[in-house]
Amino acid sequence: MTTPTYTRADFQTDQEVRWCPGCGDYTILAAVQGYMAQMGVPKEKIVFISGIGCSSRFPYYMNTYGMHSIHGRAPAIASGLAASRPDLDVWVITGDGDALSIGGNHLIHALRRNLNIKILLFNNQIYGLTKGQYSPTSEVGKSTKSTPYGSIDYPFNPVSLAIGAEAGFVARTIDMDRPHTQAMLEAAHQHQGAALVEIYQNCNVFNDKAFLQLTGKEERSHNRIDLRAGEPIVFGPNGDHAVVWREGKATVVDTASVPTSDIMVHDPSRLDPSTAFALSRLSHGPYGPTPVGIFRDVSRPTYEDAMSHQLVEAQEKRGPGDLDKLISSLGTWTVD
Amino acid sequence: MSGDAPGVPDGDTATIDRSSTELDKVVIRFAGDSGDGMQLAGARFTDASAAFGNDLATLPSFPAEIRAPAGTLPGVSSFQVQIADFDILTAGDQPDCLVAMNPAALKANLKDLRPSGTLIVNRDAFDERNLAKAGYEVNPLDDGSLTGFKVIEVPMDSLTKEAVKDTGVTGRDVLRSKNFFAIGLLAWLFNRPQEPTVEWVEQKFARKADVAAANIAAFKAGYTFGFATEATKTTYTVKPAKLESGRYTNITGNTALAWGLVAAAQCAKLPLFYGTYPITPASDVLHELSKHKNFGVRTFQAEDEIAGIGTAIGAAFGGALAVTGSSGPGIALKSEAISLALMTELPLIVINVQRGGPSTGLPTKPEQSDLLFSLFGRHGESPVPVVAISSPSDAFANAIEAARIALKYMTPVILLSDNLIANGSEPWRLPDVDQLPDISVTRITEPNGPDGAFLPYMRDVHTFARPWAVPGTPGLEHRIGGIEKDAITGNVSYDPANHQLMTDTRAWKVKNIANDIPPVEIYGDDDADILVLGWGSTKGAIRAAINRLRASGKKVASAHLTHLSPFPANLGEVLDRFDKVLIPELNTGQLRMLIRADYLVPAEGLNKVAGVPFTIGEIADKIMEMMES
Repeated sequence: MTTPTYTRADFQTDQEVRWCPGCGDYTILAAVQGYMAQMGVPKEKIVFISGIGCSSRFPYYMNTYGMHSIHGRAPAIASGLAASRPDLDVWVITGDGDALSIGGNHLIHALRRNLNIKILLFNNQIYGLTKGQYSPTSEVGKSTKSTPYGSIDYPFNPVSLAIGAEAGFVARTIDMDRPHTQAMLEAAHQHQGAALVEIYQNCNVFNDKAFLQLTGKEERSHNRIDLRAGEPIVFGPNGDHAVVWREGKATVVDTASVPTSDIMVHDPSRLDPSTAFALSRLSHGPYGPTPVGIFRDVSRPTYEDAMSHQLVEAQEKRGPGDLDKLISSLGTWTVD
Repeated sequence: MSGDAPGVPDGDTATIDRSSTELDKVVIRFAGDSGDGMQLAGARFTDASAAFGNDLATLPSFPAEIRAPAGTLPGVSSFQVQIADFDILTAGDQPDCLVAMNPAALKANLKDLRPSGTLIVNRDAFDERNLAKAGYEVNPLDDGSLTGFKVIEVPMDSLTKEAVKDTGVTGRDVLRSKNFFAIGLLAWLFNRPQEPTVEWVEQKFARKADVAAANIAAFKAGYTFGFATEATKTTYTVKPAKLESGRYTNITGNTALAWGLVAAAQCAKLPLFYGTYPITPASDVLHELSKHKNFGVRTFQAEDEIAGIGTAIGAAFGGALAVTGSSGPGIALKSEAISLALMTELPLIVINVQRGGPSTGLPTKPEQSDLLFSLFGRHGESPVPVVAISSPSDAFANAIEAARIALKYMTPVILLSDNLIANGSEPWRLPDVDQLPDISVTRITEPNGPDGAFLPYMRDVHTFARPWAVPGTPGLEHRIGGIEKDAITGNVSYDPANHQLMTDTRAWKVKNIANDIPPVEIYGDDDADILVLGWGSTKGAIRAAINRLRASGKKVASAHLTHLSPFPANLGEVLDRFDKVLIPELNTGQLRMLIRADYLVPAEGLNKVAGVPFTIGEIADKIMEMMES
């Protein structure tokens, strides 16, 4: 089958997009639509499943198949769809509350099972749709409507969580950086198996400038650590800073203070997740030097392939199902 | 002969020869420690009887604990089977014969044994320690308290040890064979064929030659013991039943349900997807389905109940015959997701194998207390069709019926079973698989709106089902979801009139199914004063009570509901024909509430939530009481 040539407009729907003006979701939508146009998959084969929250309105704006489901359950629904229809290209749209709070269980199990689903986690570190409560990625001490005295909840680090949940592909990107977002989408799509892309997404109404350290012109030059496969991990103006392995962890040092050979060379394809995890611990949020890019990209057999294989094997061994044989299988007797 | 005929050993029975008394039916209960293999013993005896051609019905009863403390009352596990030479409907009210493997089993079950019934006890187990654990101060075998019964004391432990000594089993494995000794003895007492049991053991333990040899040796020793010692003056014979002609198998409800789902998928020409989470007593459906991958069955053991139904909804969106299954506590967790399936109007079967509730309740006991929950246990105005299975063999056809409704009307359907149906067994007359109904539906492949537009909520004018457009179909890309939908385009709509219209439409869609289900039928006397109305697993006991009363010259009728939502179109008219309506239920009156509310009929209830099914006597007595009032 030849894939039609698409433009971004082919993936737009007739529905009015209803996010707040200035929301980071707009740029993510544009990035996804733009990437879909060049992804090389017929649009009837693409499905977007979302949960509940601002980001979860996303499927209504994608001219593909889609389901806006219930809070937290999108990974489960997507898992059933992917398991029963391995021919489809299944994407999950979720947020920090949807994926990490009410849907935390489904997220970790979808990742460990390794269904071929691509999970885009829009992390704005706040509950937007319910108008401003702290989320499971909000920083300790955050003052919100539900925490007037400051939050006492310790937050998740979504990348660490995903690596701990046996995810084969884990990446982080930023809403405002469309080329980087599209590169992460492409890498996630090329990965065979479950992929989690954390997208730092600005909520300009309830949590504005949460990612300033990585988006502000001056700030980002100091704090954004771009992970690139095969390259030494250096960052900052003129590559002043580097990441080395020291005392059993990844550590930021002055580049000039260490021999070049000490600088960690990024390898997301390492089977062992320890270094990917160590890199994810360089920061527990966008508050200082923070890595973006692909942390881990390691393939293992997908759930749906293994499932399909068992079905084929069973048919080869036992022949296609014979209903009469089945209902007679416990022994029968005849009454004349 | 009526279903109330006398049992072992007295009554008006005919002697076929000097040593064997012919009975029309007999109820046997095996009781022992949960580690004694009583379920297995019961199942073996049952299968031998099925192979012999008897009609039968079984009632297993076991503790929720995998291994409750040995020798104690909470650890007692039992298996009751009724075998008969005619069409019986329940596992029997009272055992005619009780096998008690230890003092606790005797203490827990003796009250049910019918006066002058046969009691077989494992004498070896009645030592001081076991007697104390069961709370006996004096050995009941010696204190004269069992004089009302025909007691057969057998030193089963020592005879089993002797029997298996050359088979190679050692240690704890030696006494594991004593359940086979017991069924060997019963095979002699009730003239059962030995071959089915021996063949089963040989097949089951093909890779453990010593265990197979020990079990067969113990079985034969039990049989020989009866024969050689003339343990009773007479043995008993129950002739093959004169059932409707055909091919039969002995089946439990959970197995029949799983097979019914496999069949439904074939009848619908769709792949079957079962997303679920393990829970008693529904897990056997998953176990059974997971064996049949050569039918293309995909089973998905999810991380929790919500994910179980979530995966099924995903598979339904993808075009599968999608099913989720659970029991009460799990269904509660699925409630929000059932609403999503209802709102997105996707076909889905939700199986609830009911157990005693609320909360964890009685996980291994039957109850019918989720009826109102099935109808109303969701937020918002959320009608769904509800279908109830009434016996193990009824599960197969109703799995297909639930699938038919789900697919034709694009709706989730709740399919109710319960623990009695799930684990009980009875002979099932096998259907001709070529004659099963075609329940396939046409999935839309072309746009249905102007200018090539696809309108996902443009309904079929007869069924009000929306079109099923599955991903992969070019030109029909669309979005569905839990937010209220525009009545035609399916786009998000907050319009007041549209929500009213959609709420009314969803209700009407389910109500209209009443015109597409069989009318409820009257069993018994059309001109009776009393109608006994039931649903679910009470069918056997109700019918047997009706048979008993009619055999004694009383006029009485019953009707049994398979469709609980909507009710059959003729139900109101049927209720109007009787002066009094009795509704026996294993709950506190849930169907009664619905009948009173919908039909303004002053129905009376017979209600029980004791973790055990109705006896025939309880229902017959209540009918008599109403007749006399």
